[in-house]
Amino acid sequence: MQGRFIEILVGIFMLLFFVAMGILALRVSNLSSIGGNSGYEITAAFENIGGLKVRSAVSAGGVRVGRVSAIKYSSEDYNAVVTMKIDEEFSSFPIDTTASIYTAGLLGEQYIGLEPGADFEYLEAGHEIELTQSAVVLEKLIGQVVFSRSGEK
Amino acid sequence: MTDSTSDNDRNTIVQSDSTVDATLAAAAVTAGAAVTTESTEQSSENLVEIRGLHFTRGRKPIFTGLDIDIPRGKITTIMGPSGTGKTTLLKIIGAQLKPRRGKVHFDGHNVHKLRRRKLFELRKRMGMLFQSGALLTDLTVFENVAFPLREHTELPDRLIRHLVLMRLHAVGLRGARDMKPAELSGGMSRRVALARALVLDPEIIMYDEPFTGQDPISMGVLVELISKMNQALGLTSVIVSHDIKEALSISDHVVIISDGKVVATGSPTRLAASDSPWVRQFLDGAADGPVPFQYAAPDYADDLLGS
Amino acid sequence: MLDWLQQFGRFWIDLAGSFGRSHIFLSRILLSIPSLVFRFSLVVKQLYASGVLTLSIILVSGLFVGMVLALQGYNTLVGFGAEESLGVVVALTLVRELGPVVSGLLFAGRAGSAMTAEIGLMKATEQLAGLEMMAVDPYKRIFAPRFLAGFIALPCLAAMFSAIGVLGGYLVGVEVLGVDDGAFWSQMKSAVNFVDDVVNGLIKALVFGFVVCWIAIFQGADCIPTSEGVSRATTRTVVYSSLAILGLDFLLTAVMFSV
Repeated sequence: MQGRFIEILVGIFMLLFFVAMGILALRVSNLSSIGGNSGYEITAAFENIGGLKVRSAVSAGGVRVGRVSAIKYSSEDYNAVVTMKIDEEFSSFPIDTTASIYTAGLLGEQYIGLEPGADFEYLEAGHEIELTQSAVVLEKLIGQVVFSRSGEK
Repeated sequence: MTDSTSDNDRNTIVQSDSTVDATLAAAAVTAGAAVTTESTEQSSENLVEIRGLHFTRGRKPIFTGLDIDIPRGKITTIMGPSGTGKTTLLKIIGAQLKPRRGKVHFDGHNVHKLRRRKLFELRKRMGMLFQSGALLTDLTVFENVAFPLREHTELPDRLIRHLVLMRLHAVGLRGARDMKPAELSGGMSRRVALARALVLDPEIIMYDEPFTGQDPISMGVLVELISKMNQALGLTSVIVSHDIKEALSISDHVVIISDGKVVATGSPTRLAASDSPWVRQFLDGAADGPVPFQYAAPDYADDLLGS
Repeated sequence: MLDWLQQFGRFWIDLAGSFGRSHIFLSRILLSIPSLVFRFSLVVKQLYASGVLTLSIILVSGLFVGMVLALQGYNTLVGFGAEESLGVVVALTLVRELGPVVSGLLFAGRAGSAMTAEIGLMKATEQLAGLEMMAVDPYKRIFAPRFLAGFIALPCLAAMFSAIGVLGGYLVGVEVLGVDDGAFWSQMKSAVNFVDDVVNGLIKALVFGFVVCWIAIFQGADCIPTSEGVSRATTRTVVYSSLAILGLDFLLTAVMFSV
């Protein structure tokens, strides 16, 4: 009798654990978006990626279409090679799409913005985006402003 | 378990009003059938033989060359002043403690040389009654007595119920089956513990100070139970005690130990007639004698004047 | 002087001794665990003692910790105009750190100390010796089920702590302080990684569960079998477990999240 009661309570306990895991997996974290593993990877080389990180957003027209999956430095070309995973539903980016690194707000996170070109061929897994624009590095920008101002005088 | 035994069982329950002894004898038969112990048919006269036992706790020597024989089917009482390690001796026989030197043979097996599995097999043939009873506090009296059966056998619930109730009846506590150990008096929990020690039908039962701290009535009950159990079940009993009157009244064989050695041994009547100063001091309860009143200390005068 | 040196030496010898004993003890428990497959009801009973009975304190603390995190986080973030990231702050703090650590500490205080006291009392009342004499292995019957149950229970409790903490953060952040509902969840979702954050947090909890149960059961079985010895052992369980959790948390965090 008492044993049965304990068993039921332990059963409820385990059930609560599964509910908690469900919340953590689906609501709190991104398990739903990586779970399917659907999407394709493309790369892009940047001179400077600023504060871009793995798992930064990739967006087109302000809509998130994918995520940075890896960042490497190529010592042959002296630039940063960014691999990004684009969700499967966004499979029709022209081959002459431009990838730029933007900053959300003045000090916010950095992300990659894709601007579609006009070509009829589409990017596929493993392709590289040729047209890239590096991150704006604030220090450089300030340096340029100061330099040009002092030149004016 | 086959049906025949449970029938047999039911019969004994029906008869159980006759005498406690008859119940017990029958119980011994059924339990013996239920629990398969590899009983070696080696009919040496002594069930337990202790030879040259040395044991130290910390730096203090407890036993220095102890030799004891515990005869089969008899009640042996081990007596001695407190602190002589009588409880330790029982733990050594049960192989819970390992001696530094010396051997303990139980039915021909050296208990300290056995592998763990063999030792556990052997322990099923031993019962031990701890001073506190050592009942499992989270189980009822019934479950406590049923515990060894549930752990070691695959008997059906109905049969376990019969066996447990028989043992509880034998110790007179059938009515207390649903109580928790915390609700029992000291004497009652010792009786429950006795029922539990008996439930696997052991060959030897070791009683650790069974009479200490009992009122005269429950002491009388325990004395009665111990001697009755021994006769009815053909047990070998070892009692560690310093309640001389009670212990002597039921034992067949007495061993007195002091200072880590056996100082006297024999039947109660022989010891009572003995004029050895050790025995006399112990049996008469003299304050001073071979066992000095003073704990080992430097000379009194030196101690007071010196420093 | 010599006396002092003697005591100093004795202290280290005792320490080494109990260190060695505790490892032998652990290995015997681990070896006994496979036998529990046939006696899983024993583990269920202990899951009740260490899991279900700790649940209420875990849920209440989790809720409040989440709510406090939201309040504190909001006040800091609003200065940067980044209050939308409140969900991220609350969730990451809970899932990575506070979930495993705080539930570990609470578990040590509630379930660990109870385990030590129970086993210590069993030792003091000769129940353990009694089991041995009944040819029942206390490692299989008493220690291993408690160990396994605690090991299972703590990660469960930590997950519940984190989940209810996030809900508490949501209540305060969104319902009271007025952070945007959508931003709260979507930012959280995009910043919290299941494997890197949630699973790593649970691994921490597993490690803590292992260590707390080890300490608690060993202290119980190794205590001096008197009422004073048991109470001391209980105190030691809480102190050692807490220190072990915090120390191990630093190590594990360094290994898991420093890349």
